[in-house]
Formats: sequence, C-alpha cells, structure tokens
Amino acid sequence: MSVMVVRKKVTRKWEKLPGRNTFCCDGRVMMARQKGIFYLTLFLILGTCTLFFAFECRYLAVQLSPAIPVFAAVLFLFSMATLLRTSFSDPGVIPRALPDEAAFIEMEIEATNGTVPQGQRPPPRIKNFQINNQIVKLKYCYTCKIFRPPRASHCSICDNCVERFDHHCPWVGNCVGKRNYRYFYLFILSLSLLTIYVFTFNIVYVALKSLKIGFLETLKETPGTVLEVLICFFTLWSVVGLTGFHTFLVALNQTTNEDIKGSWTGKNRVQNPYSHGNILKNCCEVLCGPLPPSVLDRRGILPLEESGTRPSSTQDPSSSPFPQSPVAPTEPLSSNELPLKASVPEEMHSSVLAQQGPESPETPQEASGDEK
Amino acid sequence: MATEGHNLQELRRSASLATKVFIQRDYSDGTICQFQTKFPPELDSRIERQLFEETVKTLNNFYAEAEKIGGSSYLEGCLACATAYFIFLCMETHYEKVLKKISRYIQEQNEKIFAPRGLLLTDPVERGMRVIEISIYEDRCSSGSASSGSSSSSGSASSGGGGGAGGR
Ligand SMILES: [Zn+2]
Ligand SMILES: [Zn+2]
Repeated sequence: MSVMVVRKKVTRKWEKLPGRNTFCCDGRVMMARQKGIFYLTLFLILGTCTLFFAFECRYLAVQLSPAIPVFAAVLFLFSMATLLRTSFSDPGVIPRALPDEAAFIEMEIEATNGTVPQGQRPPPRIKNFQINNQIVKLKYCYTCKIFRPPRASHCSICDNCVERFDHHCPWVGNCVGKRNYRYFYLFILSLSLLTIYVFTFNIVYVALKSLKIGFLETLKETPGTVLEVLICFFTLWSVVGLTGFHTFLVALNQTTNEDIKGSWTGKNRVQNPYSHGNILKNCCEVLCGPLPPSVLDRRGILPLEESGTRPSSTQDPSSSPFPQSPVAPTEPLSSNELPLKASVPEEMHSSVLAQQGPESPETPQEASGDEK
Repeated sequence: MATEGHNLQELRRSASLATKVFIQRDYSDGTICQFQTKFPPELDSRIERQLFEETVKTLNNFYAEAEKIGGSSYLEGCLACATAYFIFLCMETHYEKVLKKISRYIQEQNEKIFAPRGLLLTDPVERGMRVIEISIYEDRCSSGSASSGSSSSSGSASSGGGGGAGGR
C-alpha cells in the first residue's frame, strides 16, 4: 500500500479538469468520452489499407510501377498522423473561471442589469462587442461562468467551452475547434485523396486481372478487393463531400457552427467580421496561421491544497508523529493565510510542492497505518 | 535585484489579499488576443495611470507579435504541415517563444513596479487568456513588518504554507 502512496505523490491538473473528457498517457492525450466511432474509423482505414498493401500493391508494383505503393504509403501515413493529431489534441478548451473571477463577473452583471425584483425573469446575460464594425453578441456560459469569447461555443458532449468551435466529430472522437481544425481539415483532405487513390487502383487491379482470367473469375478470386471497393465507394461520397464543404468554409473563414446557425447569411446585413475578404488570405490564416498553445497546462502539477482535502482532513493533530507536522494543524485555522495561498501563482505552488511533496501525502497514510 | 525578489516574496507572505481586478479582453480587432487598456478605478490610489497603461500596451504588443500573420508564420505553418506536424514534437512555435517572453516580462514588471505598490499581475495564460488578473494587497508595509516580528502563530502558519516559497 505504501508503494502506491509513494507513486501517487503528485496530482496533475488534467486529473481535476471539469468537463467530460478522457485523458491518456498522464494527460498528454485528450479525447471525448465516447470513442466507439473513433475506433470504427481507425478500423476502416487500417483494414482497407492493410488489404490494399497486402494484395493490390504487391501486384501493381510489379506490373505497373513501384511508385504506386510509395505514394499510397505517404498518403496513408499523412492521414493517420493528422487523424491522431486531431483526436488527441486539445481542441481549444477554455478553462472555467475560478471563483474569484466568477464573482467579479457576477458583480459586473449585477451592476449593469441592476437589481431584478423577486419572481421576475432576469434579463439574458449578453455583452455586445463591436468587431470590425459589426456588433457581435457575447453570451454568458452558465457552466463555465464566463462570457464566451467570440466564435466560442459550449460543446454539450464534452461539457467545455471551445474556442472557434466548429463541431463535435464522433468519427475522430474529439471536438473540432481552433487548435485542431487545421489537422482535421488536412485529415479529411488526405483521406479523400487516399480513398480516391485506393479506389482507382482497385479498379485498375480488377481490370488487369480481368484481361487475364476474365471478370467473373477475378471477382471470385479476390473477395478482399470487392470489399475494399465497396468501402471506398461509400466513403468517397461522404468524405469528398465533407472536404468540399470544409474547403468552402475555410475560404470564407467560417465555422460549421456559424454555418448551421446562419450567423453570417446576410439577413440583418451581418457579414462575417473575421473574414479578410480574400479567399487566399483566409485559407492561409486558417491552415497556416499562428497556432496558440493549449492553455490547459494538463501536465502541470496541482498544488496540494487544491488537489483534494484528503491530506488535511485525515490529519489528526493528536496522532501526528512527525516533527514537521505541528505546522499543519494550524493551517485550516489561519484565516489570513488562505486567501493569500489561493492567489499565489502556479510556479510558486510547484516550488511549495517540490518541498512538501515527498512528506505530506505520506504522513496521514502512515499515521492511519500505525493505528491498524 | 535580490532585494526586489525578497520584496515580492515578502508581499505574498505577509500581506493579506483585499480584492482582485480583472482586465478583460478587447475584441475590437477580432479574435486576436488583446486586453483593454481602460484604467480600472480600483487601482486609482495604487499606481499611476500611465504606468499601468504602458504595461498593458506592452503586453498587447507582445500578443500582436505572437499572432502576427505574415511570411514567417505561414512558413512555419507550411513547414509543420509538410512534416505532418511531427516537427512540433521537437520544435517550439513562435507563439510559444513569445508566451515565454511574456511571462518573463510579467515577472519583471511584478518585481520592479507592481510588488512595491502592493499589486501582483498574473500571467493571462494561467487564466485561459481571458483576463489579466491583478491582485491588490492591503497594508503592504505595516502588516509585513508587524506579522514577522510579533505574532508567532502567523509566523508558523506562513512557514507551513506560503513559507515554502520563501525558504528555497
Ligand atoms: Zn461553457
Ligand atoms: Zn465535444
């Protein structure tokens, strides 16, 4: 038991993040909870490509050109890399407001709305902002306790506000937002190219074989190819269509969310204030522009007092055997100390932790162990 | 330098927190990260308006530099794309470099300007880039010397919690 306690001496921030996400590799990987359809995507791509490389590529490399499998491999690796990058990265989650900031915003809202009489419905919490000469409404998120930045939206599946929210894509098992939209776009682009490529060379393969042994014989001999052609055929329409749609959105610097809601459809004469009015510039900005790093700091180490009340609550002043522990029982009592501790920036916390880390979590455990 | 650093720690340890002020984002130029330079009235007696505005403007310039759209940022984006984004495993983006510069700048400003006035800036990265948080501390000089000298209970409490910061 003590081994487990020693191993678990730090709490990283991802363990305490609100919202419905799953994390792997100690916080390096972040995904939505439901991943069934993501596994289906992986299975379809890996299965089809394995069959293609195992049968058709070997035949075509000899018969036509060795460049065929090389191109296929490049496309395959690129689409897998972008798929995993889309699925595993932070889409641009906006962390929820800490109590201080939430209280400040609440105060601000009260100041602007005035006091609402009992039983009357409070006015909607909206802030108007002028962006590039367009009035944009910022809505208050009751879950995250913030005014959502422009273009952000709350994903009901992941329960997070996501910056430049596009949509929640179950196929990649993650939200698509500011930080992974370009990966998503490149994924569907490379996947459509890959699908077209595999489909084409499957047809070529069937044609070459048919010339030798006849069409019906070929179908009987190669059930794998028939399966591949069927999968590719159905994937083709949906993925190519989706790529076309997203190309259109990229060119106009819009998100799927804004397109569905019809935010910039021209009624009320609102136009997209984020567009540069130039297709090339929009594409460059969306796909190659500067990309902000994740602000979640998932691998950061949580300070002890925020990582749960266990160490302080199980600590019994009478039974604590350590000489350094007389400090701890007074901790919850000192009233002027608590707000100050809550305000100390993170790097200070981690230095506090680095000093206390090895001893403090063990202390209550060993104390209770002695009693048993 | 050493005395200023000591000053910052002394502030965190000894003074009690009164209020916090939040400088909100300014979206008038779109979604790029900028903060409002409007002077909050809570800071009226604490810091000169000009000094405050200068700090926020410098921060805004840093963020504008990080999000600048142009040849070098496109080059970085295209290069990363060409390597299927594997290059990010071993390379820092321009944005990350600027953010590091910003946190160094904030620490410097805290030590030089804000801490002596009983204020403390928090790096916006730690608040999801939504706000610049400014903590206002009460009784910076008087309580600082009083607590360390007289009362032993507060002294021991601070050595347990906040004292970890001081005793390095
Ligand atoms: Zn939200
Ligand atoms: Zn989602």
